[in-house]
Amino acid sequence: MKRYSVFAIAREALRYHTGWERAWRSPDPKPAYDAIIIGAGGHGLATAYYLGKNHGITNVAILEKGWLGGGNSGRNTTIIRSNYLQDSSSAIFEKARSLYETMSQDLNYNVMFSPRGLLMLAQTHHEARGYKRTVHANRLQGVATEWISPQEVKKLVPIINIDGPRYPVLGAQYQARGGTARHDAVNWGYARACSDMGMDVIQNCEVTAIRSENGMVTGVETTRGAISCKKLGIVVAGHSGVLAEMAGFRLPIESMALQALVSEPIKPCIDVVVMANTVHGYISQSDKGELVIGGGTDGFNNYTQRGSFQHIEETLRALIETFPIISRVKMLRQWGGIVDMTGDRSPIISKTPLGNCFINCGWGTGGFKAIPGSGWAMAELVAKGEPGPLAAEFDMWRFKEGRFIDESVAAGVAH
Amino acid sequence: MSTRLSKGGRLIDRAHAIEISFNGKRLRGYRGDTLSAALLANDQMLVGRSFKYHRPRGIVASGAEEPNALVNLGAGARAEPNQRTTTTEAFDGLVAASQNHWPSLDYDIGAVNNLAARFLPAGFYYKTFIHPRPAWKHLFEPIIRRSAGLGKAPAEPDADRYEQVYAHCDLLVAGGGIAGLQAALIAGAAGARVMLLEQTAHWGGRAPVDGDVIDGKPAEEWITATLDALGKMENVTLKTRCMVAGVYDHGYVLAEERVADHTPGDGRPRKRLWRIRATRVLSATGALERPLAFAGNDIPGVMLASAVRDYVGNWAVSPGDRTVVVTNNDDAYRTAIALKEAGLEVPVIVDARAQANGALPQKARAMGIRVEAGRAIVKVKGGKRVTGVALGLMAGEGAVLEEIACDAVAMSGGWSPVVHLWSHCGGKLTWDRARAMFRPDAARPPLTQDGSALVIAAGAANGALTGAEALADAAEAGVAAVKSLDLKAKTTPIGKAEAVEEAMIEPVWMMPQGAKASLRMKMWLDFQNDVKVSDVQLAAREGYQSVEHTKRYTTLGMATDQGKLSNINGLAILADALNEDIPAVGTTTFRPPYTPVTIGALVGEARGEIFQPLRRTPMQGWHEAQGAYLEPVGLWRRPYCYPRAGETHEQAVNREILNTRANVGLLDASTLGKIIVRGPDAGRFLDMLYTNVMSSLPVGKCRYGLMCNEQGFLSDDGVVVRLAEDTWLCHTTSGGADRIHGWMEDWLQCEWWDWKVYTANVTEQYAQIAVAGPKARLVLEKLGGMDVSKETMPFMTFAEGELAGIPARVHRISFSGELSYEIAVPASHGLALWEKLVAAGAEFGVMPYGTEAMHIMRAEKGFIMIGDETDGTVIPQDLGLDWAISKKKADFLGKRGQERTYLASPDRWKLVGFETLDGSVIPDGAYVLDAGTNDYGFRKAQGRVTSTYHSPTLQKGIAMGLLRHGPQRMGEVVEFNTMAGGTVAARVVNPVFLDPNGEKQNG
Ligand SMILES: Cc1cc2nc3c(=O)[nH]c(=O)nc-3n(C[C@H](O)[C@H](O)[C@H](O)COP(=O)(O)OP(=O)(O)OC[C@H]3O[C@@H](n4cnc5c(N)ncnc54)[C@H](O)[C@@H]3O)c2cc1C
Repeated sequence: MKRYSVFAIAREALRYHTGWERAWRSPDPKPAYDAIIIGAGGHGLATAYYLGKNHGITNVAILEKGWLGGGNSGRNTTIIRSNYLQDSSSAIFEKARSLYETMSQDLNYNVMFSPRGLLMLAQTHHEARGYKRTVHANRLQGVATEWISPQEVKKLVPIINIDGPRYPVLGAQYQARGGTARHDAVNWGYARACSDMGMDVIQNCEVTAIRSENGMVTGVETTRGAISCKKLGIVVAGHSGVLAEMAGFRLPIESMALQALVSEPIKPCIDVVVMANTVHGYISQSDKGELVIGGGTDGFNNYTQRGSFQHIEETLRALIETFPIISRVKMLRQWGGIVDMTGDRSPIISKTPLGNCFINCGWGTGGFKAIPGSGWAMAELVAKGEPGPLAAEFDMWRFKEGRFIDESVAAGVAH
Repeated sequence: MSTRLSKGGRLIDRAHAIEISFNGKRLRGYRGDTLSAALLANDQMLVGRSFKYHRPRGIVASGAEEPNALVNLGAGARAEPNQRTTTTEAFDGLVAASQNHWPSLDYDIGAVNNLAARFLPAGFYYKTFIHPRPAWKHLFEPIIRRSAGLGKAPAEPDADRYEQVYAHCDLLVAGGGIAGLQAALIAGAAGARVMLLEQTAHWGGRAPVDGDVIDGKPAEEWITATLDALGKMENVTLKTRCMVAGVYDHGYVLAEERVADHTPGDGRPRKRLWRIRATRVLSATGALERPLAFAGNDIPGVMLASAVRDYVGNWAVSPGDRTVVVTNNDDAYRTAIALKEAGLEVPVIVDARAQANGALPQKARAMGIRVEAGRAIVKVKGGKRVTGVALGLMAGEGAVLEEIACDAVAMSGGWSPVVHLWSHCGGKLTWDRARAMFRPDAARPPLTQDGSALVIAAGAANGALTGAEALADAAEAGVAAVKSLDLKAKTTPIGKAEAVEEAMIEPVWMMPQGAKASLRMKMWLDFQNDVKVSDVQLAAREGYQSVEHTKRYTTLGMATDQGKLSNINGLAILADALNEDIPAVGTTTFRPPYTPVTIGALVGEARGEIFQPLRRTPMQGWHEAQGAYLEPVGLWRRPYCYPRAGETHEQAVNREILNTRANVGLLDASTLGKIIVRGPDAGRFLDMLYTNVMSSLPVGKCRYGLMCNEQGFLSDDGVVVRLAEDTWLCHTTSGGADRIHGWMEDWLQCEWWDWKVYTANVTEQYAQIAVAGPKARLVLEKLGGMDVSKETMPFMTFAEGELAGIPARVHRISFSGELSYEIAVPASHGLALWEKLVAAGAEFGVMPYGTEAMHIMRAEKGFIMIGDETDGTVIPQDLGLDWAISKKKADFLGKRGQERTYLASPDRWKLVGFETLDGSVIPDGAYVLDAGTNDYGFRKAQGRVTSTYHSPTLQKGIAMGLLRHGPQRMGEVVEFNTMAGGTVAARVVNPVFLDPNGEKQNG
């Protein structure tokens, strides 16, 4: 792989950039692999990456039914934070956040991780108490967060209205090293690194059936033929239920549309990420200048990657109250993704009833930030057949035992 | 130069001159001008700078597709960034300023990027700025961010207002060109309720400018007559300045109407958002002309051929004195002819096709215009304005044969139907090879809930590009629409346009065909985002070959025009680079809105205090008049406390508590959820809903009950009252009323649909007042009318009667631990009763108290609060509420959940009280520290505080919380963490701090 750098760009500029090689190869599927990962979203790609990097398993195919990164990993609002309440959550999200810090260097691909700071506004006394609880929990976890006053909020976000008539800002939970990254770059950076390790990233290859013998997985059938494998990782977010059915088990997952929108680009006016969960809206500004805005999920299950207008409206209402100047800015584009929601709003990284078949799903509205940590934990599970500490609590049997990892406790919206 | 012609201009009113300001310069225009027309009339071709390289940008188009001409419009509280000049109607006093440059439009430092353009190809930032690590955040990103964005963010809150309107119709026709008019006429005549919406201020679309002749007369006359006919139909609504923004599932359509954009401050709402439910949508949204990709095609003065024609015909503005026309189709000849007819020069028509012998080329030649077939523009010359073009062979590599001086270039690469509305809800496209365009695939339309086609495309939007085709197609579409509505089409006049013979287009995605790399680096696809042919080719070379990858890697089509001009050209270049067919590459997804919509309009009048519905109790005005400090509770705003002059909130809360404990207090408890549950199966239903038995509750009695979700976790609590044999009244928490009502209905409608139970949420039908304190009975006795004695009305009973002449239901229930009556009266009597209580209580020292006093008093008494002691992970058993869980019932919601191993574990954290050793208050949300670390290396915890207050009654900090094996650890001292980083020691105690035997509340 040719390394990316300023010098490489300068060199290529002189020959009109004709010398750049493919970021990832586009191979045909081989008949068999040691491991197959279904789903080339961030989580699937990161799983493959760490299978190679941490466990030396590189005879791997990542099968993607469309274009890589075309699922939620390329549709999200890219918020990264690790200020979670429950220990198991904080452990994996903080692991992920810390891996984001060095991801550009690790992948030799600028993923533009921007720890610009993240605020979760408290707009009711109840919410304030909840965030203070999280800050106390984060102290024990070693996750750096703090509780800040409305005046400090105003200093960080001058355009905010802290004394709205309905929900004045009472303070905020602040994670200075939270922020955003460029979602496409994360997907592409991993794909390039995987390809470079000799793995096959195979796009336009939909898995249509899962083969097994004696309770052990043996391979998959795809739109590009049958492929056998020793181990199988299912990492398909909103379509997890469909794949689980192919593997012969059921999942406690509901699929719903989550929407987001961007405004036209305007000159920088908001430098941090702000989440307002009581009123259901969050906002940040991209390096291009677009306001990136999101809210809650649609209230019904579906598989269309578009949503209803009503949620957009609710979100914008909330944000105009908090940021009055956006009233005259225009909405440029709205879209939706299908998120995989579990009952406790925490993910599943688990063995399954089918031997050597593992699943990683349930990241719902908030899994972009988890990508490297999730890949790390899933790779360990696939490689060793048993979960390491990061994944241990996230098995799918926890729902049977009532061993929930409930994050909705901390925030209504969990992006 | 560009200038105003002395004659013509169908849309301007020369009798009304206006004055506008651009970058501080005063310019003259006419009523009817768009801002673009007014700028061009004043030779202001340069209007902005591009996003990445800060290249000079001029007006390219005449409508919604404009990528370049974006300005900051207005000032102060009416400043708006990124306003398209092509769709902005000019008015006297309009103020506009160009964007994205420093220090000025003419001299922009950012243009150094342009010099470095070669080093900044698509995706360069993914490949660089990687080292050293901190540099991205501290050095590179700040620089990139500073150059981000186009227009300036408004600095002040919006001075305008917006409104929303709901409407229903049978057929929504989007687009008021001749196709839309014709289709609407047919549907209207058939009796359908039609809404015909047109985004511009004018009807008729392109036909008048293109010189169409309909029924033997100029198109204009047919348009007027058709409008007349439509205007007479009561079932037809016509709206101009109304852009259909999006089509959603189930025929939901959003449209944005510009009401007072051109008359700012006249008191009307600036914009109006139409929220329409349509049975069918007819998309007659026309087509957009495509630019051609040749070197220097981004230099100001290079415009779409159709736009040039529009400026001349509609506004009598000539974009240039000498305009070179470059094309791959016959339509652009109309522009050359129009220019010539207006007395302007057309030095040459450059036609990429080998031959140009159609009727229009013949006519052009006959007018003396030089036509060069098989030729290409190799390069446009000029900087901030076109100065000439270099011509070469289309089939060549870019050798220059000839240079021609000119000050404008009119280009046409063919037309693309506007398929956005067709596509929003999943309509598919087909590639029309002959015409080189994607058009709606009638076999794969977007579907409605019943599986029929939701959208019907007509006219140019359906690929019927000429006037004659468009009218015929629209007539068919109109009839199809009528049929789909189960109506009968009436005989309706169908316009017949004269067909002008046009030769075939020849697809040209780049000129000349064999252009070298150095030229391809100068061929713009996306003018705003600076994406060039070479960038798309680079993306393909690097494997970003899905059209979505290319788009994201290069930012093609991601600008404010969302690729209206660039998408098709870009994907054709991509297909070529990949050696694939265009349809195999496919388009990116079309997402709403069609053109950007003002966020204020999307929000409408839901602003400020009423941005969410506001719920008010009957006593709200009284609280406000008393200067109560309010806190949001759901959609209510409840008094937190009633501070007196000079009092802090804390002092007020303490005073309210002490007074209630010593005398008597009043709480407005109207927000408490009140749900009537009635019917033969109501008892059985409530037994499933609550953990304890409600069916056995005698009429006239009250019982505290708990509700859990299926998982077993506590979700709400409250007092249930049996009003009659078949009727119960369930009190819920204030925040929980709607949720619990929905929960009940969910079970009744989805699971137990055969149970005979009705529910009604009567929360707002009753005002409820808690009268609490040792003197509560005295106050009620003074009001008179009911026997409220201990004997007649013991604790946990209720009675109905009249208090002070007001019909009332009086409950003996208590959340404060005091002797307490909760009085429910019809909402309309709430304020009267409250005032009477205040008056009657005066001699007993009555004072109102707020939610915070309520919270503290219940904590002193050890009562749990949903949302404080519970958080969705707590079961009643954790809170020592086992007594409220029936052992006898076969089933209730949550029972099975609670039996699961983890919920039945003896190691769960359980409710206890805490008292700090030093009397201080434990911080909100603090955890009880445990020794050692867990598997993650985190410091272990063994419990946490759930409610923590300073108790004015006990004069010390008290708290409730959950602790592992808590109830077995009374007297033990534990440590909580604090925000400051230290710890605070507290003793484990009984959570009931006050009156453990209930003598007060029972008294
Ligand atoms: C609008 C929106 C905003 C969000 N905002 C945030 C945010 O701000 N922060 C945050 O942390 N998270 C956010 N999220 C959540 C986050 O995007 C997801 O949790 C995360 O991207 C999931 O990644 P994934 O790899 O599991 O799934 P995906 O990226 O969806 O990848 C799954 C892949 O599996 C493929 N696939 C499915 N079925 C098959 C099959 N049969 N064969 C082969 N391949 C298949 C799909 O095509 C897809 O590419 C948001 C999500 C949405 C929709």
